[in-house]
Amino acid sequence: MKPAPFTYHNPKTIPEVVALLGKLDNAKVLAGGQSLMAMLNMRYAMPDNVVDLNDVDGLAGIELRGDALYIGAMTRQRDIEISPVVKTHCPLLVEALTNVGHRQTRNRGTIGGSLCQLDPSAELPTVAMAMDATISVQGKQGRRELAMADFPVTFMTPAIESDEIVTGVLLPLWPKGHGHAFVEFARRHGDFAVVGVAALLVVDASGRVSRASVTLCGVGARPIRVAEAEKCLLGAAAGPHAFRAAAVHAGAIDAMDDVHASKSYRQQLAATLAERALATALERTVPKT
Amino acid sequence: MADKRKITVTVNGERYQREVETRMTLADFLRHELLLTGTHLGCEHGVCGACTVLLNGRTARACLTLAVQADGRSVTTVEGLAAPGGDLSPLQQAFWETHGLQCGFCTPGMLVTLTEFLNENPAPTEAEVREVLTGNLCRCTGYQSIVDAALLAAERMRTRA
Repeated sequence: MKPAPFTYHNPKTIPEVVALLGKLDNAKVLAGGQSLMAMLNMRYAMPDNVVDLNDVDGLAGIELRGDALYIGAMTRQRDIEISPVVKTHCPLLVEALTNVGHRQTRNRGTIGGSLCQLDPSAELPTVAMAMDATISVQGKQGRRELAMADFPVTFMTPAIESDEIVTGVLLPLWPKGHGHAFVEFARRHGDFAVVGVAALLVVDASGRVSRASVTLCGVGARPIRVAEAEKCLLGAAAGPHAFRAAAVHAGAIDAMDDVHASKSYRQQLAATLAERALATALERTVPKT
Repeated sequence: MADKRKITVTVNGERYQREVETRMTLADFLRHELLLTGTHLGCEHGVCGACTVLLNGRTARACLTLAVQADGRSVTTVEGLAAPGGDLSPLQQAFWETHGLQCGFCTPGMLVTLTEFLNENPAPTEAEVREVLTGNLCRCTGYQSIVDAALLAAERMRTRA
């Protein structure tokens, strides 16, 4: 198994990348390579040109920007997983990452690569959706910012042009003391999730939910925010009763049907995992005193 | 015309210069160009972990890395784990003693993965060992003897240090 012949480019700057993508035909952008390299080896993808981002300056890094966390597109998943800043401010992302492949693939895999690959069962786009992330994109026309809600066009297709790249993602942080959980079911740990749920919860001093986010992966072409579940949680007493009611909405999603699982099985998983995720998120909530 | 590049890669402490096709994977480079056949290729799409090497000190799938991406960087393969005189590393010794392999196909990847892991975590729990081993498939041992080897090696490395 060998990739079909291609011409390799390893630009050093973002303007060079954009210029190359503007003039090359049938080019693929190579980030961490944990999906694209497999697709090249199996010749699912046969680009004439491969533009490697691994030598580009200024695409990796993690920094707090006010009430948000900015992560450069080429930041390795493993570096995010072990970052003390991420652990403190964005624990949902850390828990999601422990489900992304294996340590050996997370050493190479990047957050930007995962966002652009946009696999329907992928954890990182799900977290970005759960947190209302903003995606930074750069192309010939300059920089633009894209709400994560508008980023997936359809199955594995991000809303970026062929001469554009994602440069980073901005995650608005949830308040201190919020609860979080990323729960998924996969055939084996590290495999693609059949269904996964990201949950975020803020509970006020009276024990009522003041903010909630429930997002599913593995059920549709793109990560899905379950707005009805979030609505029914707002103002409810945080606990099993409210969580079960919210989970019913997760289970009512029009789920996909494929060789791995039927629609009804996915719906059942979505409901069960949503309830578990919310319960875990509540356990981790630190109430304001 | 094949797209070729001249690259310099330090493998197990030795510098190699070769002209390679840019589409060549690091795994094929190690095996076919440098004749370091200790790095095994199982699935060639990143699932089995047999081809795991250290790239600048961190584990990577050699089948999902291009040889040109290793240009100017250092690679450690299973051949580089033993001491220069040939003495097995504590981890290799523990594999031998606990029968941490049967057919041996997955062993290079297992050893490289656990080498990185034990450097970072000298006192792992069994659950942590099993977690890191999810990235390497073994079809013979049922993993038990590999887990035993990792825990034995960790204990010895701690008491020696």
